[in-house]
Amino acid sequence: MLELRNVSKTVGAEEHIRDVSLSLQHGTLNVLLGPTLSGKTSLMRLMAGLDTPTSGSVFFDGEDVTGQPVQKRKVAMVYQQFINYPAMTVYENIASPLRVAGEDRQAIDRKVRKAAELLRLTPYLDRTPLNLSGGQQQRTALARAVVKNAGLVLLDEPLANLDYKLREELRAELPKIFAESGAIFVYATTEPQEALLLGGNTATLSEGRVTQFGRTIEVFRNPVDLVTARTFSDPPLNTITLGKKGAGFRLEGGVVLPAPEGLEGIAEGNYTIGFQPHHLLLERPTAGAVSVKAKVTVTEITGSESFVHLDYADARWVMLASGVHHFNPDETIEVFIDTRHLMVFDETGRAVSALRKLAA
Amino acid sequence: MARIDLEHIRHSYLPNPRADADYALKEVHQSLEDGGAYALLGPSGCGKTTLLNIISGLLRPSEGCLLFDGEDVSDRSTQERNIAQVFQFPVIYDTMTVYDNLAFPLRNRGLPEGEVDRKVREIIGIIGLADRAKRKARGLTADQKQKISLGRGLVRSDVNAILFDEPLTVIDPHMKWVLRSQLKQLHKRFGYTMVYVTHDQTEALTFADRVVVMYDGEIVQIGTPDELFERPKHTFVGYFIGSPGMNVVPVSVQGRTAHFGGQAITLPGAPEGSMTGPVELGIRPEYVRLGREGMPVTISKVEDIGRRKIVRASLEGKEIAVIVGEDGEIPAEPHVAFDPAGINIYADSRRVELGG
Repeated sequence: MLELRNVSKTVGAEEHIRDVSLSLQHGTLNVLLGPTLSGKTSLMRLMAGLDTPTSGSVFFDGEDVTGQPVQKRKVAMVYQQFINYPAMTVYENIASPLRVAGEDRQAIDRKVRKAAELLRLTPYLDRTPLNLSGGQQQRTALARAVVKNAGLVLLDEPLANLDYKLREELRAELPKIFAESGAIFVYATTEPQEALLLGGNTATLSEGRVTQFGRTIEVFRNPVDLVTARTFSDPPLNTITLGKKGAGFRLEGGVVLPAPEGLEGIAEGNYTIGFQPHHLLLERPTAGAVSVKAKVTVTEITGSESFVHLDYADARWVMLASGVHHFNPDETIEVFIDTRHLMVFDETGRAVSALRKLAA
Repeated sequence: MARIDLEHIRHSYLPNPRADADYALKEVHQSLEDGGAYALLGPSGCGKTTLLNIISGLLRPSEGCLLFDGEDVSDRSTQERNIAQVFQFPVIYDTMTVYDNLAFPLRNRGLPEGEVDRKVREIIGIIGLADRAKRKARGLTADQKQKISLGRGLVRSDVNAILFDEPLTVIDPHMKWVLRSQLKQLHKRFGYTMVYVTHDQTEALTFADRVVVMYDGEIVQIGTPDELFERPKHTFVGYFIGSPGMNVVPVSVQGRTAHFGGQAITLPGAPEGSMTGPVELGIRPEYVRLGREGMPVTISKVEDIGRRKIVRASLEGKEIAVIVGEDGEIPAEPHVAFDPAGINIYADSRRVELGG
């Protein structure tokens, strides 16, 4: 188990990591999800031992490794840029950590060939990395991480420079590739979709803080605060600040958005309501929806779905509708908010539903 | 803005190309309409960047010529072609302010200061950097710098075309949404001729009126996003567009029936003409219905990706993907049915028209 206990990192006057506590288990995949500069790479560097925390400590399998340099830890890292030794063949690239570890020739050969097979690099073992495609170069870097037999594998946006079909393939393969090693995997990404496709656990990051950690789908469905909900939404989360009166929230023109089940009784006052783009509907569902009129700014069509950008009062929303829909800019259309999936946040940005569940 | 004609263009990076395989770009003969927004989409090595570089003038094609509004520009430099370009990484002057960076291309062409100011203010608002106008570019973050690059590409209205080479790759997902929809609005408003190279399918599909799908040095299909989704002309397009891509299974066809293993599937029509080469049926995961009736399947995996579930199932020993809605149920004895509206038939990887 890798444990971070109240880890902070300050560089000059800037706080890169703020009081992070996390426990990651062997054999699990853990996604660090957050925008650029949210602290993903800083956190990975602390986990690896490339940096020492300003305060707090790092434990690996019960041992305090806080000051221990990366060379003494069993860590493998793969970066966004394809990092290989350009003058060495693929074979030698994969073999390099084993040679450093002083393994014998036969063991090296066996492990290199096994890793190459796993990453489908066998036909390219005699080539140098620059004569390979981007996908093959990254596979080489991954193969080197595999043979290292590290207890902790850190993947820093490893697929960001690959085209999406290659990403699809490698993303599906990654968990299998590392499954038998029993290592702890940490995978940094800026993309919510990628986190959802990878599954496992997710820690959402914002401004150097871990805002939530749990099973990926749970964090997505039940964010504890607005920051987490926003971090975990692509297209961006739709929000609007509304006053609650009685059992509902007041929209324009006296339209009432009923409070979700269990939240009818919360105090009156201002709340931020959040909902996902696919919970804004073009057609009225059989039950549980409120109709609003919104103005179209632009429509983006993917071929199977349409992203309709809308202005409603002061809010800017995106509707993800299935099928192809053409709307004119400035056209006013009727859309339906699916009230079964509303998120409610109080004025401090805490999810009200989460508080209620904690209290129960 | 201009109409661009690519006339019998071929390109090889080898000195004496002979066989087809020696060409990074096999024959391209295509017109890009004045005011059109085109995306070039394909895997790395498909020739899309080669094609973009030929349009911009960075590369002289081995064969063929290039016309802007009917005029041969094959021998002209990028500058003479009067093209704006935005690259993957920011190309800006670090020591200049954000404002001056945007003003530079305009001042360079001797525009009066009043005009410069009007254009710069408009663009700086669009890229969301108005509050940083007087700051030096040096201190900005990578994505802010890239926004300046985008702004510089958009600031001149007298260019023949604007070319984008992976312009949003370094931008955070949330900002991508904002910039993409603004690009789209700008296109609607000013009617720029735009050519956009990307490996991101959402970006390509949402940006473009027409998507040019390239594979192995060739254009395999040009179409609107819905044409590429509904009627892929080539199994490669079916695979490449969509996530997961189209399911393709081997079949034999008799009249309006396709036979797949022990299953008989009714087609929306009988294939027109004769078919040569292997025959396959393509159906997107979105058109496979999971329920209690139809063809029996074994489910190997269900991936809950939030707004929908991707179900991996085995049908007649072949793995297929099925998409189920957020609240969709997975039956205990699962069966699938193919929605006829989503069925395409391929012979030798190319789509065959189905008659009535």
